[in-house]
Amino acid sequence: MRQFAGFGTPEDTNRRYRELLTAGATGLSVAFDLPTLMGRDPDHPLSLGEVGKCGVNVTSLADMEMLFDGIAVGDITTSMTINSPAPMIFAMYLVVAEKQGADWQTISGTIQNDILKEFIAQKEYIYPPRPSMRLVTDIFAFCEAHVPRWNTISVSGYHIREAGASALQELAFTLRDGVEYVQAGVEAGLDVDRFVPRMSFFFNAHSDFFEELAKYRAARSLWARVMRERFGAKDERSWKLRFHSQTAGVSLTAQQPMNNVIRTALQALSAVLGGTNSLHTNSLDEALALPTAEAATLALRTQQILAYETGVTGSIDPFAGSYFVERLTRDLEQGSEEYFATIDKMGGMVAAIERGYPQREIAESAYRFQQDVERGRQVIVGVNDFVTDDAASVPILQIEEEAGRRQLDNIGRLRRTRHNVAVSRALAKLKKAATTNDNTMPALLDAVRAYATVGEMCDTLREVWGEYQEQAVI
Amino acid sequence: MSKSRYRVVIAKPGLDGHDRGAKVIARALRDAGMEVIYTGLRQTPEQIAAAALQEDADVIGLSILSGAHNSICPRLMGLLREKGLQDVLVILGGIIPDADLPGLKAMGVAAVFRPGTRMQEIIDFITSSLEAKASGLSSR
Repeated sequence: MRQFAGFGTPEDTNRRYRELLTAGATGLSVAFDLPTLMGRDPDHPLSLGEVGKCGVNVTSLADMEMLFDGIAVGDITTSMTINSPAPMIFAMYLVVAEKQGADWQTISGTIQNDILKEFIAQKEYIYPPRPSMRLVTDIFAFCEAHVPRWNTISVSGYHIREAGASALQELAFTLRDGVEYVQAGVEAGLDVDRFVPRMSFFFNAHSDFFEELAKYRAARSLWARVMRERFGAKDERSWKLRFHSQTAGVSLTAQQPMNNVIRTALQALSAVLGGTNSLHTNSLDEALALPTAEAATLALRTQQILAYETGVTGSIDPFAGSYFVERLTRDLEQGSEEYFATIDKMGGMVAAIERGYPQREIAESAYRFQQDVERGRQVIVGVNDFVTDDAASVPILQIEEEAGRRQLDNIGRLRRTRHNVAVSRALAKLKKAATTNDNTMPALLDAVRAYATVGEMCDTLREVWGEYQEQAVI
Repeated sequence: MSKSRYRVVIAKPGLDGHDRGAKVIARALRDAGMEVIYTGLRQTPEQIAAAALQEDADVIGLSILSGAHNSICPRLMGLLREKGLQDVLVILGGIIPDADLPGLKAMGVAAVFRPGTRMQEIIDFITSSLEAKASGLSSR
């Protein structure tokens, strides 16, 4: 029960985190804003109107220090949803730990660091797929040596599903992404049984109750088999698929928003019965805006009722042996293996992405779903059936435009007061690491220590690798 | 004389990459017989205005889910006026709070479509608005 939070400036979010920790949370989950996720500073033209909107803005080490001001990072675990600039943001977190005197050998947390699903679904990519994969394996290697308790990746089906994929496509593409990362690690010279146990997964909890339940069961069984047979993993921890789930944001409706509480509770139940290791429940107002504090609390209460009142957590895999669930599980496994074979034949997931294959498959499913809704083949209560005229009447969270202005002031001050020669020197070193086979993490850590910004570090790598331009398929 | 096919530029401004809605509507409009130009992701208001001019667009459809509409829309509407494109029908889809609707209408956004809108409703809106515009012009 670690709810995702972040908005406005680092000061704003720091205040929210301290409240959460005071209320008994043991971990934090950082939501970054779009400029940070895209490796752009607040003063870039594309950042117009986006600073602090969908999450907190973190531009330099100064912001990360403020975000964790008064919070001992050695005593908590932190999850950070960051992908393309994952190495830069992770380096900032490590330097904050260093400054607080926390030991890298013992700190723990998670970075999402899953670039493949960005190309497939969420589209927050910067560099082309191949150099992006190299940044991922740089983190695997660095953590194995220096930050052994860190979860280096969260291979995510969530966004693939939200983009319109079916349950089968979510399962197949996510696990095939996992295979691609393991293969990349092996090719970078890493030992499977040393880095795979630090990998984790992240699935969607959607509305078709039994299909979802079967999906998690199929995922565990497929992963264990792939790790043993394809990669010869010997350590049981490499076979185990650890996963987080989040209820389906896309299933929530702006119409009759109170219905979303029921949808979320049922989706959460399927994830628990399917064996999820952790869970995020969405708030009822998410088809309208970012959640209010009241809506976020109700979402947490939903989890607490499931966990402490219903008894559903008392048994592992309670549907084992049900003929219906076993059959669904087998069908999903088989369907995934067929997708694996198709993608293998294309030369792997990176090659498939470059050909637009998973993107096209998902767009096709999304369009089919929308047609089913419009023709009434798929009922959505309150949207295409059981419709009422009542307008939505739930309170909405407003984010002030003020955050953008304050972050602009901060970045101006930072550029005037930091040691700019040290910044240039560190960025030159980063560029050199990127053009050779050196791990980029040590150079990034030095750039962070010199207070280089996310935009500056990402631009340095843009100069070396260029930016990815996707062929839009409709 | 009215054109045989309406030309629609579907654009995704800002940094957000959630393009499911933009792609579904682009395809629905195309299937409804319109000429659809999808700009792809991360277009600045300048790029969108330029695309509308170059493509001789009748409609610009914006998809914004990140909350940046109050910064992006005024900028785009200003640029369209500067380029003499104030007659282009601008519609917006996304997560847009009630409180922002009057402001968007006042700056010239013709309609806002929120989650759960049927594609047919959007198609009908475009067709009837453009037909009304065309008959208004010919009667002048």
